[in-house]
Amino acid sequence: MTRALAATGAATLGLLAAIGRLAIFVGQTLSHLVRPPFYMREFGHALVQIGYFSLPVVGLTALFTGGALALQIYAGGSRFDAQAVVPQIVAIGMVRELGPVLVGLMIAARVTSSIAAEIATMKVTEQIDALVTLSTNPMKYLTLPRVLAATLVMPVLVGIGDVIGIMGGFLVGTERLGFNAAAYLQNTADFLTRLDIVSSLAKGAVFGFIAALMGCYYGMQSDRGAMGVGRATKTSVVAAAVLILAANFLLTEAFFSA
Amino acid sequence: MIRLSDLHKSFGANAVLRGVDLHVPRGESMVVIGGSGTGKSVLIKSILGLVTPDSGTIEVDGQNVTRADRDAFLARFGMLFQGGALFDSLPVWQNVAFRLLRGRLKRPKAEAREIAVEKLRRVGLSADVADRLPAELSGGMQKRVGLARAIAAEPEIIFFDEPTTGLDPIMSGVINDLIREIVTEMGATAITITHDMTSVRAIADDVAMLHAGKVRWSGPVAQMDDSGDPYLHQFITGSAEGPIEAVR
Repeated sequence: MTRALAATGAATLGLLAAIGRLAIFVGQTLSHLVRPPFYMREFGHALVQIGYFSLPVVGLTALFTGGALALQIYAGGSRFDAQAVVPQIVAIGMVRELGPVLVGLMIAARVTSSIAAEIATMKVTEQIDALVTLSTNPMKYLTLPRVLAATLVMPVLVGIGDVIGIMGGFLVGTERLGFNAAAYLQNTADFLTRLDIVSSLAKGAVFGFIAALMGCYYGMQSDRGAMGVGRATKTSVVAAAVLILAANFLLTEAFFSA
Repeated sequence: MIRLSDLHKSFGANAVLRGVDLHVPRGESMVVIGGSGTGKSVLIKSILGLVTPDSGTIEVDGQNVTRADRDAFLARFGMLFQGGALFDSLPVWQNVAFRLLRGRLKRPKAEAREIAVEKLRRVGLSADVADRLPAELSGGMQKRVGLARAIAAEPEIIFFDEPTTGLDPIMSGVINDLIREIVTEMGATAITITHDMTSVRAIADDVAMLHAGKVRWSGPVAQMDDSGDPYLHQFITGSAEGPIEAVR
């Protein structure tokens, strides 16, 4: 009994310490937003790496998901003669949920892993120490540009993902399910509200912040050696994915709870 | 110039530094020797603030380093890391001119590149290396680029961490000679960490041996062979027999 209590206490303390470390890391990252110098070249590079080079994976994910969603809604809706709602449900499903969440998870897989592996390798090869000796703050040079770029570019990626997802549904709806193209687009446009779009883009910004932050945090915390880099990469992706899904629930609750 | 007093540092239960006292006068080349895991790297990382000591003081020119303006303090240092620690994503010249492209030492890009190429020449590398990436260079060339980066901003104090580790004997000799020449011509104060006794004899004015977390012996390199210290004697002769346990 005592042993079980001690184990629970140790686990709780460990969790609180981890939350504390992460909170300090977030605070340090944000504090550099208002303290020059700013590394614009690093920021621009991060924008291209995170934004531009993620477009293919975001586009393909959204396209196939939108198409599959249209098929599922048609099949499910036809059970109670409601197959006509395909355009509306595809639009609301993509914009409110699937667009931001799937883009967030794809970014966690592509960007978080890449950032964590890069920074962890820099740490084990003493490049982070070298930055410090060259009078360059690693948080300012490595973390802030990546976190800021991901936070700003993710709403754009989510917006593009939403549109391509709806187009996936449109293609399936008009080519396979016999919907009229003009009516499909009209129903989609009429059904979406400004809140749907704002919530989608806001989720994108939060998910981008989480994805880049987890990559930087676990990269900086990496242990030595190839195993340390591997562990940092794996943990960062798992943490980013779980936090994105948890944040999605909280944001959905905040935007849409009755 | 650099004075360490009663420096302690532990990592968990492992007490690495247990009261290190060391003085490096201005313009001297001090070489710190000692077995693996005796805290040589921790020592120089403590001076640079990369590791925070548990207790003790570190003074540079009589000023406690914890109270110094960090940027101004680091601007006085150059460091050659064991593995080079070159930035993979930047071409060689931008690695060398890193400090000259940003911060308080920032220069126009063309001028920074010119200085980088000149420093590369100083360490025996031609200008056509400047636009290559570090991964395209051999180990010896990477070490030389690291050396060029360490001296690019003309620092007053230079640290060399295991400068010849992983290099063949000829390249080790080249690096040792370069370090000695550069330190002498720049008039810099240098601390080198190594277990390569050839490097010690080529680079050092003074030698300090770390053992069991303390400076076991220190003195001019010329007196090293006649120190009468059994620990130092065993280390410089590379003998398995002696007071230092071979299996640690």
